[in-house]
Amino acid sequence: MTFDLSIPSQLMQALTPELVLMAGAMILMLGAAWKSESAEHQRRIGYGSIGVLLLTLATVLWFNSRGLSSGPGVIAVDGFRFAADSLFILGALGTVMLGIEYNGREGIWSAESHVLVLFATSGMMIMAAARDLMIVFLGIEMMSIAVYVLAGMNRRSPRSAEAALKYFLLGAFSTGFLLYGIALVYGSTGSTNLTTISEHIVQYKLGHQSMLLIGIGLLLVGFAFKVAAVPFHMWAPDVYEGAPTPITAYMAAAVKAAAFATFLRVWRESFDLLDFAWLVPLWWIAAATMVYGNVVALAQRNVKRVLAYSSIVHSGYLLVAIAAGTSSGSAAFLFYLLAYTLATFGAFAVVCAMSRAGDRDLEITDYEGLWRVRPGMAIGMAVCMLALLGFPVFGGAGFWSKVYVLAAAEATPFRHLVPLTVLLVLASVISAGYYLQIVRVMFMKPRPEGAPDPAPMGTMTRVVLAVSVVLVLLVGLVPARVIGWARENQPAPPKALSAAKAP
Amino acid sequence: MGNEFLPLLYSFHFYLFGLLAIAAALAFVTRKSPVAAAMWLITTMFALAALYVMMDAQFIGVMQVLVYAGAIMVVFVFVVMLLNLGHPSEISDIRGKWGRLIAGFLGIALLAEILALTRDPMDLRLVVPVIPATVNGTGGIIGGVAGPLFREYLLAFELTSILLLIAIAGAVVLGRKRSAADAR
Repeated sequence: MTFDLSIPSQLMQALTPELVLMAGAMILMLGAAWKSESAEHQRRIGYGSIGVLLLTLATVLWFNSRGLSSGPGVIAVDGFRFAADSLFILGALGTVMLGIEYNGREGIWSAESHVLVLFATSGMMIMAAARDLMIVFLGIEMMSIAVYVLAGMNRRSPRSAEAALKYFLLGAFSTGFLLYGIALVYGSTGSTNLTTISEHIVQYKLGHQSMLLIGIGLLLVGFAFKVAAVPFHMWAPDVYEGAPTPITAYMAAAVKAAAFATFLRVWRESFDLLDFAWLVPLWWIAAATMVYGNVVALAQRNVKRVLAYSSIVHSGYLLVAIAAGTSSGSAAFLFYLLAYTLATFGAFAVVCAMSRAGDRDLEITDYEGLWRVRPGMAIGMAVCMLALLGFPVFGGAGFWSKVYVLAAAEATPFRHLVPLTVLLVLASVISAGYYLQIVRVMFMKPRPEGAPDPAPMGTMTRVVLAVSVVLVLLVGLVPARVIGWARENQPAPPKALSAAKAP
Repeated sequence: MGNEFLPLLYSFHFYLFGLLAIAAALAFVTRKSPVAAAMWLITTMFALAALYVMMDAQFIGVMQVLVYAGAIMVVFVFVVMLLNLGHPSEISDIRGKWGRLIAGFLGIALLAEILALTRDPMDLRLVVPVIPATVNGTGGIIGGVAGPLFREYLLAFELTSILLLIAIAGAVVLGRKRSAADAR
């Protein structure tokens, strides 16, 4: 079925998954306000949120299986959108599940914390769907504003407040860049629609127009801020450290995935032809991100900060997939996001379970000898660390995700991506320094005298960890099927571009 | 206000308001006192509104004054007042001989302009206002804004409402009085 997006009712149908999530979030918001704050009410709204997310996931999968498409319009109806949506919902499910138990322990009784996760997720789904820079912007803002608040959800922790304020100020700053870029692109091409922009670039030969190039540059800066790529990463470590741990996981996985998905669509659908304009800056950003993130991560002693720098590094790897630009690049990109989301949630489930009230016990030394007291947690954490490292077999999907990114970058016509792939491999070797450090500490060090045993994991946290670890290993066993799924679901470059590239 | 009638007047005003906007924006980011900065921002907003009107976007111009220079700036100044950041001695930026001279020159220039316009041969008799909706049958000035808003930009319009809802919910969550659990 093909939707005619100029008719409002069909536009609405094409947005059904988003509408389901938004409606559910609004109902739950009323429910959250219905009773006064209590641990029990927070948990109840959390269960409700899980239900809404599962319903949305079912809608998304159902839509994806029907092979829908759309005419020209402000949103896209394609496999890429639904594939990205399912990743975001997966992330949101993990966040809510971890959040229910974490919030109970930390005394965060605002039931709205779960509702805001739902709202942020709906913003992400809008971002993945957007085929118009205006909708891109609105989606980013819906996501960001909700996440700014979520970062400051722990109102008794000054660090949480600091994280929220820092994230808000720098996020607003980056929004300014993005908006200015959108305005300049609009000024030079006369449209905010991604398809029309690419058509106008071809038709009026705007390739070397400086206003357009400056606009693209500003868009690049705006997106690099959102995905925390060096040199626009300075907010990430402090914000990730200060925010409540489930929200950190959400920011590291889902928020980053959403920003990257939009990034990929905008680049593939609008500016693909102008690769000379953005490939060089992207090359340098990717290289700097991989090198800097890894080197600084080596010096970290706090597990949340290690994971923050690790997420910066993974932005660099994902940028390599985007720089590849081809369809195998976007397939590798989706595969990478899946593996990264799963491994990140597994790791943060362990961090959630390890820390005690007040977010203490987050140093790497607190993980010493974990194998002896909580073997399940130690094994789960080890698998996630190996997956993030890209270790074969035991790292499961993490290994294959890097293989696909490397293969995609090698297969492009741009020969100067080859040094980038070398850099990626070297960066992965450096990253062994901190990922394996955590594994080593857990398995090879004795438990220090007098160190309190970490509390047993809650049911929800255990489910998140188990599902992440099992999926990471499972995807690692059948990578061909998953990459096949990723190949089917990717943004199609518009016709004007393929026609112009053909000769 | 088309530029075909009085090209000199048009370009004079374009440069007047354009330079004023840039100068006020520069002053806005360089002031130390938040109150003075806010006042300069209001000046920028007014100059931008004038530019919008000159581009025949009267509705946007009026909205600029009402929403930005009016509502949003009042909130800014209100926050500054509540936080008690302003020092009365620093508020006035127009100090010294040259400041007064420039301010006086601007005032006199604008006054002279109004006087000149009244003496102008332009037909300034009062006429019965034409209802904009009947001008070209498309809803007049506002129709040009409202039509696309509810057609091409319908989705963006609706998403903005969700965005505002999220912002309100977030502000309430963060601004709410600490509960018993928080006070612990």
